[in-house]
Amino acid sequence: MNILVCISHVPDTTSKINFTNGDTEFDTSGVQFVINPNDEFGLTKAMFLKEQNGATVTVVNVGGADAEPTLRKALAIGADSAIRVNAEAKDGFFVAKQLSEVVKNGNYDLVIAGKESLDYNGGMVPGMLAGFTDYNFINACTSLEIDGNNVVVVREIDGGNETISTSLPLIVGGQKGLVQESELRIPNMRGIMMARKKPLQVVEASNADYQTNIISFEKPAEKSAVKLVSPDNIDELINLLHNEAKVI
Amino acid sequence: MSVLIFAESNNGKFNKATLEVASYAKEIANTLGTTVTAVAINASETDELGQYGVDKLLTVTSSALENFNARAYADVVKQAAEKENATLIVMTSTTNGKYLSPLVASNLNAGYASNVIALPVSTSPFKVKRTAFSNKAFSITEISSDNKVIALAKNAFGLKENATSIIQENFDITINDAHLATTVTAVDKTTGKVTIADADIVVSAGRGLKGPENWGMIEELAEVLGAATACSKPVSDLGWRPHNEHVGQTGKPVASNLYIAIGISGAIQHLAGINASKVKVVINTDPEAPFFKAADYGIVGDAFEVVPTLIEKLKAFKAQNA
Repeated sequence: MNILVCISHVPDTTSKINFTNGDTEFDTSGVQFVINPNDEFGLTKAMFLKEQNGATVTVVNVGGADAEPTLRKALAIGADSAIRVNAEAKDGFFVAKQLSEVVKNGNYDLVIAGKESLDYNGGMVPGMLAGFTDYNFINACTSLEIDGNNVVVVREIDGGNETISTSLPLIVGGQKGLVQESELRIPNMRGIMMARKKPLQVVEASNADYQTNIISFEKPAEKSAVKLVSPDNIDELINLLHNEAKVI
Repeated sequence: MSVLIFAESNNGKFNKATLEVASYAKEIANTLGTTVTAVAINASETDELGQYGVDKLLTVTSSALENFNARAYADVVKQAAEKENATLIVMTSTTNGKYLSPLVASNLNAGYASNVIALPVSTSPFKVKRTAFSNKAFSITEISSDNKVIALAKNAFGLKENATSIIQENFDITINDAHLATTVTAVDKTTGKVTIADADIVVSAGRGLKGPENWGMIEELAEVLGAATACSKPVSDLGWRPHNEHVGQTGKPVASNLYIAIGISGAIQHLAGINASKVKVVINTDPEAPFFKAADYGIVGDAFEVVPTLIEKLKAFKAQNA
């Protein structure tokens, strides 16, 4: 089986978010970049599938050279090869178009992409990729079992989950549940050494449009100070929630 | 040229997110000097949409589309957009809405902005304000393509009544069988319990509760308030509560009217996930807990004393205001 895992290169979840250049660009100074958590669940699932059934796992990123350490980390975790599409990932539509070219050229049975990246939160790349490639598509997927060409997946719905049967080729919008957090793998020294020798292919971007453009960023307004209520005066809290906040 | 919305229904009845999207689309349509058209699949109680500004409803009836099927549903939205010459499509941010929207956008070669939190900043050029960086920031995003898809963040606009004399029309669609290649075989949905996605109030608890055996009072407080229960990441990692209750940056996002955090310190990832909630209350023994900086109201106190009292007082309040 041929598996492609899409990797987004995002600020670590603890990062302070600041902007620069007149609030038009994300300030990367002092920020540590990681594999997007939703993608890491997908990558780890791909490792499980490889160990159970045998598979070749390729990771792909659309981005600049600064994303290569993140791809190397994915190789150290166990992916076999990496592709970087050399372009600035400014718009989900553009990224999905680039990935669709990689999918068409690579004959993949299964494509896993996080359902959302933790930086721009567009939540669009897996779905658009499905639209552009005409693959079957399951979003917010929390379980994935493959038997030959048949696939049984569980996806999250509001208030529960749904079991779905489908078939390869398939695109999955992944998240926690594909594997558990405790199953995520930290690269060991052997993996890191091997990753250096694994192929990382850089391909040039194909022609595609940007459909959206970020004009500027804003940070939320400073919050006014918390109103403290004495634990001996719960009536006051109820009064505030009822009369001031009007939420009960 | 009308503004198109996809009207989501559960068991034939439209959900609240759809009525909110209708309210929102009506305001945009007024600005643009046009009308709102909705397309609905297998919905039975259709009158409600007219109360929230929908001028025309296209109803699709199809046994093949009985269960939600994202690719086939996206084809329906595309066909409706073409029929109505709609270039702006407004979607919900429910789980199904998030599944559907990018497919609709790729179908229509449209730029897509998700998590939109307010009316467009301008309609020409078309600019919207949306959340980014997991609610730690906003971006002003311009959609430059001819067709545009936007998804309204949950609870960002609210419901606005705007009665119209809604016209209903049956809509015949073409189904591509290849897009039906996903079959729902089982649905496991909590019944009789408010879900985090639908809840106006969420009661959430963390490690400060010391153990899973102490969640009885959290559930009771939620019941009194008609709220959903949620928990912090450490609590779900420890297995004290199910994973589907985990809220935060890598868990479920919460955009409720009221969020009550009990024994949760307020790590940056947790706060990012619940930031979109309108009013936040924190109950914690540690006055230095970061949550106090993010909350509107706070009680520095022991949850095991505060929560039972709060339940008693709320019961009395509810009885009085019933």
